[in-house]
Amino acid sequence: MKMKSPFSHRSQGAEVAIRISVREDHFDSGEEIKLLHESCNDVGGISVFVGVVRDINDDDAVSGLYLEHYPGMTEKQIRSIVDEAVENWDVRAATVIHRVGQLHPGDEIVFVGVASSHRSDAFDACEYIIDFLKTRATFWKKETTSRGDRWLTTRDSDILAADAWKDQY
Amino acid sequence: MIKVVFFANLREQLDTESLRVDSAGVSDVRGVIGKLSEQQGEYWLELLTGDNILVAVNQEMVNHEAMVDDEDEVAFFPPVTGG
Repeated sequence: MKMKSPFSHRSQGAEVAIRISVREDHFDSGEEIKLLHESCNDVGGISVFVGVVRDINDDDAVSGLYLEHYPGMTEKQIRSIVDEAVENWDVRAATVIHRVGQLHPGDEIVFVGVASSHRSDAFDACEYIIDFLKTRATFWKKETTSRGDRWLTTRDSDILAADAWKDQY
Repeated sequence: MIKVVFFANLREQLDTESLRVDSAGVSDVRGVIGKLSEQQGEYWLELLTGDNILVAVNQEMVNHEAMVDDEDEVAFFPPVTGG
């Protein structure tokens, strides 16, 4: 596990454009990047993470992935994770979109986009947001495989990734 | 009344999405669990006090000592797997 980057300073006084959406509909990454760019000034770079439904997990062929969530709580938690990223890095705009409901292999599940003045802040804030979304946000995945349905459990690697940020506090 | 909600495989194991519990004599999460096991049986106690089960009150993560008032919403769920 690589070391997590240190927090940089936050730009003082500037408005940060934050967009969070939890919904069934698919998203268009290109469109979202364009919106991020247009939503703020002083953009030096935009960092993006897109999560995709795998077609193989633990050697079983996956035919479906069902995402359950806790309406209300999920959006609040994502917002607080984004607020933390804004606190710790120079973030001009951030967008988090997470799909729920029935998805299929190859579907894009999650979009995290961060616009900053500097690329290191964009990379780091984006990584922070997805690391904590995976260990904190109230979503649960249920896979349909050739061997039946199963609820996924939190991966050790995801826990380690989130924990590694704690060295920065 | 206290509204209690369940998610994911815990919801499936309990075969219950949500129910209401009388707040009389209940002051914290432990009290909610106690009342639910009185009403629903040992199996519920076992599942709700399972190692990995997380709790939220009014959509904020808490532990079992957290206070619960009348009209609060208490949620029990397994570790999260989003992203």
